[in-house]
Amino acid sequence: MAVLKSNHMLGLQHVPPEDIITILDTASAMKDIICRKIKKVPTLRGRTVVTLFYENSTRTKTSFDLAGKYLSADTVGLSASTSSVQKGESLIDTARTVEAMGADVVVLRHPAAGAAEILAKNVKCSVINAGDGIHEHPTQALLDMFTIKEYKKSFKGLKVTIVGDILHSRVARSNIWGLTKLGAEVSVVGPATLLPPEIEKLGVKVYTDLEEALAGADVINVLRIQLERQKQGLFPSLREYSRLYGINNRRLKAAKEDVLVIHPGPMNRGVEIVSEVADSSRAAINEQVTNGVAVRMALLYLLTGGEKVETAN
Amino acid sequence: MKLLIKGGSAVFPEEMKVKKVDILVENGVITGIGPGLEAAGARVIEADGKYVCPGLIDMHVHLREPGFEHKESIATGTRAAARGGFTAVACMPNTKPVADNAAVVRFILERAAAEGVVNVYPIAAITKGSKGEEITEMADLKEAGAVAVSDDGLPVQDAGVMRRAMQYAAMLQLPVIPHCENKSLAADGVMHEGFQSTVLGLPGIPAAAEEVMVARDIILAENTGCHVHIAHISTAGSVELVRQAKKKGVKVTCEVTPHHFTLTHEMVNGYNTNTKVNPPLRTREDVEAVKEGLADGTIDVIATDHAPHTVEEKNVEYQYAPFGLVGLETAVGLVFTELVETGVLTVPQAIAKLTINPARVLAVPGGRLDVGERADITIIDPQAGEIINPDDFASKGRNTPFTGRRLKGLPVMTVVNGKIVMEDRRLTV
Repeated sequence: MAVLKSNHMLGLQHVPPEDIITILDTASAMKDIICRKIKKVPTLRGRTVVTLFYENSTRTKTSFDLAGKYLSADTVGLSASTSSVQKGESLIDTARTVEAMGADVVVLRHPAAGAAEILAKNVKCSVINAGDGIHEHPTQALLDMFTIKEYKKSFKGLKVTIVGDILHSRVARSNIWGLTKLGAEVSVVGPATLLPPEIEKLGVKVYTDLEEALAGADVINVLRIQLERQKQGLFPSLREYSRLYGINNRRLKAAKEDVLVIHPGPMNRGVEIVSEVADSSRAAINEQVTNGVAVRMALLYLLTGGEKVETAN
Repeated sequence: MKLLIKGGSAVFPEEMKVKKVDILVENGVITGIGPGLEAAGARVIEADGKYVCPGLIDMHVHLREPGFEHKESIATGTRAAARGGFTAVACMPNTKPVADNAAVVRFILERAAAEGVVNVYPIAAITKGSKGEEITEMADLKEAGAVAVSDDGLPVQDAGVMRRAMQYAAMLQLPVIPHCENKSLAADGVMHEGFQSTVLGLPGIPAAAEEVMVARDIILAENTGCHVHIAHISTAGSVELVRQAKKKGVKVTCEVTPHHFTLTHEMVNGYNTNTKVNPPLRTREDVEAVKEGLADGTIDVIATDHAPHTVEEKNVEYQYAPFGLVGLETAVGLVFTELVETGVLTVPQAIAKLTINPARVLAVPGGRLDVGERADITIIDPQAGEIINPDDFASKGRNTPFTGRRLKGLPVMTVVNGKIVMEDRRLTV
């Protein structure tokens, strides 16, 4: 019997809380493997994972690649610039082709929201959404949550503030779904032009003032500000953005003393976060990368029929 | 050929009345209306319990020909109309080439005469190539047979161009049919901007994108004296703007589509691209406001914005799919199920919005049952039910968001120029 409710991971919106907990627990066991000298187990030998990337990404793709390899799966990468996508093949046809070659899991990164869901409806293998437009990026949120759990133990009543371009952030959306399901109190803050309409209906507090949003925060998730948004006229300048929303030591005073700072990367140092914070002991940005591999190993394992791992803690 | 339609409830939308009378049709013309008519040699059509209406007119249809015959043609689009109970359609100019010159308008009329099975009224472009820059030769277009000008799908952004177009169209007594959408506000939006777009991560089209243009075009209508008929109104704010303008006496009319009085943006959940339409499906409050507008007469016309696309074009990522859905073959059922059955509109009110009102906007024949009128007649059975299955469509388009929905109240006969083109839900041509 499958451990998870769905054999896809399309977004955290539809994942029940107990499945999130299962994934995080399993990831913890996977992290032990990564920390060994010989980082390889035979668990997924004979399984094939295909990463299908329609957007540039190095860290997410590499993370999935390594996650598969550490579990002994065969991993193959397809990127839109080198495949028949360039010749005009549709997403559905490409996915069916990959499936016909024997893929057990397709990991999809795509610029259009809903792409992973469309894919899942058209193939029988498992689909993992590695980011679809500004919709969801569930594995990023899971690794953020895994990191938070490592530092803060429990999500109940935990104050998590997400800072930045919430409107265009799939990371923010997935984090909101996941964190609120496990009982965290989530706030979002950013300029009014970068806040999505009616986001408060997701059960989050919405701020435009950073100090207010950071008051008493246990965790700050700092989002990357994409420079192209400035060119689209969504905020006047990086200078003003940084002045209003840049995370520095002074700003952190509003948060709890032991606040944890995370960032999905890659960082614009000096814009949304300054180095004195990014490189401080309060930040767990490199830890997140390690945890990303662990979480993706856990997902690959569980989606291909792996049993629940009982953890000691 | 003689037809005697007996025992039906004839709908007279001008008088807002339903009367039990028989109707006699001879040589394509209505020659008798009254109780107990007899006619030797006539084919008798029993219409007990059915509504006998003036032929329905859909004033907002994309027939796609010339240029996009893979989506629809005049032959198939008019058959879809006939199956949907429409005896006339007005077709939008966003073809390839654009209907911005008399030759294209004449081509459409010739094709319609040769291959069409309902009456076709071409609507011409407001600007050359629908580029929003220079106004078209509207006098020439009118002479060729265009009944209105529109920028549907490619809205005129420049207020100065729109004002001149309205001045010029007013001179020729041509109605202007704006597709109200401010492109800088709509940007790359693909659905209504609101909670659903936030959750789905799809770029939103705010209600304001429509409303600022409705406001602009009402002001320009007042300023130029042009008759402006606002296409496919979709927001509560737009309905209110039109309501106020009408109170002030501005020459403005408007239409709504069946999908905008039936569906909300929640339908987009699951990324079904057959819910992708412009203007987008709005909120429950907007749907209610639109129904109020229909009931109080603010909204004059029900039109489908029938916009066929191929399965391949639609079976892609939501953001990449074209806007538009087919509507001709589901419209009457939705009007009866969603508006009549629920008491929003009476039968004559509903029928007026599908007959006399669009006929008046476009100044085209039809819209009334009267001796001497062309025999365009639609018979609707309010008890007939059907579950929508796109495979039954006569249209080439299968892009409906209504698949599987149960309708009650369906057209069972369409008579065009005295000839039966649809009977018992099946085409006879």
